[in-house]
Amino acid sequence: MASVERYRIRRPGRAVMAAIEVRQVSKRFGALQALADIDLEVRKGEFFGLLGPNGAGKTTLISILAGLARANTGSVRIMGHDVTLDYRSARRALGVVPQELVFDPFFTVRETLRNQSGYFGLRANDRWIDEVMESLDLTAKADVNMRALSGGMKRRVLVAQALVHKPPVIVLDEPTAGVDVELRQGLWQFVKRLNSDGHTIVLTTHYLEEAESMCARIAMLKQGRFVALDSTANLLRRLPSMHLRLRLRSGQWPAALEAVDAGGARVVKLRSYGEVESVLTVLREARCEIEEMDLQQPDLEDVFMEIMRSK
Amino acid sequence: MTGFPTLLYKEVLRFRKVAFQTVAAPVLTALLYLLIFGHVMDRHVRVYEAVSYTTFLVPGLVMMSVLQNSFANSSSSLIQSKMTGNVVFVLLPPISYLEFFSAYVLAAAIRGLVVGAGVLLVTTPFVALPARELHWIVLFALAGSVILGALGLIAAILADKIDQVQAFQNFLIMPLTFLSGVFYSVHSLPAFWQGLSHYNPVFYMIDGFRRGFFGISDVDPRMGFAVVTGCFIAVSAVALMLLKRGYKLRY
Repeated sequence: MASVERYRIRRPGRAVMAAIEVRQVSKRFGALQALADIDLEVRKGEFFGLLGPNGAGKTTLISILAGLARANTGSVRIMGHDVTLDYRSARRALGVVPQELVFDPFFTVRETLRNQSGYFGLRANDRWIDEVMESLDLTAKADVNMRALSGGMKRRVLVAQALVHKPPVIVLDEPTAGVDVELRQGLWQFVKRLNSDGHTIVLTTHYLEEAESMCARIAMLKQGRFVALDSTANLLRRLPSMHLRLRLRSGQWPAALEAVDAGGARVVKLRSYGEVESVLTVLREARCEIEEMDLQQPDLEDVFMEIMRSK
Repeated sequence: MTGFPTLLYKEVLRFRKVAFQTVAAPVLTALLYLLIFGHVMDRHVRVYEAVSYTTFLVPGLVMMSVLQNSFANSSSSLIQSKMTGNVVFVLLPPISYLEFFSAYVLAAAIRGLVVGAGVLLVTTPFVALPARELHWIVLFALAGSVILGALGLIAAILADKIDQVQAFQNFLIMPLTFLSGVFYSVHSLPAFWQGLSHYNPVFYMIDGFRRGFFGISDVDPRMGFAVVTGCFIAVSAVALMLLKRGYKLRY
């Protein structure tokens, strides 16, 4: 062991180690380039969102982080541990909630969690397992066979399985797909708590409003490449326009005011709040009477659609 | 040795939970073979001078059960996990390919040996078996069970569907065990088939195992054990290589 220690390479000048470090990772499946030269750094304690349409490479990237798939080129480190060279430490540092609702029909919830814990070398872990079950409202189902659980309950067990070894980095691959509203909110509260306890969270989801409210930073993947990687606030600022929606009670819409028809109403694109004033002035001068008006901020969905369209 | 003890425990717990199907059923099957073949053939066939046919048959049936159930355990466990996707639970933790191999193969061997012991137990009312060279009984039972356990692992790794594992079982394992001298001595075969039998590794397992009971065998048990050991090394090497590469498990 001593000789191994001696040759361990220290990396100088890295004051803060990243939770996840992806360097020039590429992955091919036959003719399909699933990931092309991806670079990514997720800092410790971050709540990070990984977005993209189906087939963009999100799950492939997660699989490479988890060692379920192997990159053709490049390297990945979890908490400083290379996922192939030092896979034991890397996997200990990572908890993955897989996208598919998988379970082992031979076992009860408690057996499932005990086994999972044992695979990480933790064979006397009942206190933590009980705590995780409690947090996820699984205690009443502890001795129920996995087969007998509803989809939502199975999803919770998957989350619990990812946490049995207290990993500092947790990856959730579309954890709320097909999950009812109540469980979704409960799950997010729990994940938020994990994040505030210091866990790094990486999340993929198709519900963009969830990503917008939860993630501080977001990467968007398209055809195996990042097309955006920025803080959520900056991404939202990318679309300068707000939408002012107006419905007139009387009067003719002034031709000078550029607008899009939207089901009887008109939508005017604005760059700032200040422009509201001038729109209203033009309407007043044209003797228009307003029946309805509302101002819509761009949300992540608009930004997402815009980025996916343009790149 | 991080995950090995738990993976072994989980694999044993898996077949224990359905013991009626994984242990009781094959014991019953072997008993039926004994009743039918023993009853029909006992007066007509005598393989060794001092041994009745039914007595001769029992060690063969025991070993056949050991081998088939070892194979069935590792192959069905892994293919089911692959099909349902829950194999990720054992791929995500820090379990090395050597631990993975050892746990699946050992659990398979345990299932095979438990079924074999069961068959031996239920046949005691019918035959009085000697155990002249106990060490061969133990050695061949262990070697046979781990080889078939490793073979089951390979079948499940290579297969994409459950039918393919069943094909492996029906078209390879079954013929090899049935044509290995479970029900007869290869000496009773025509020369060609007798020669061919010597290329069947299962023949050496059955023959060596039976040697342990009666002190007589078709070939020298030391030679037989050398063949069986060689098989174990070859089969394990293939299984370990597949696991190390992550073939059809990690993409």
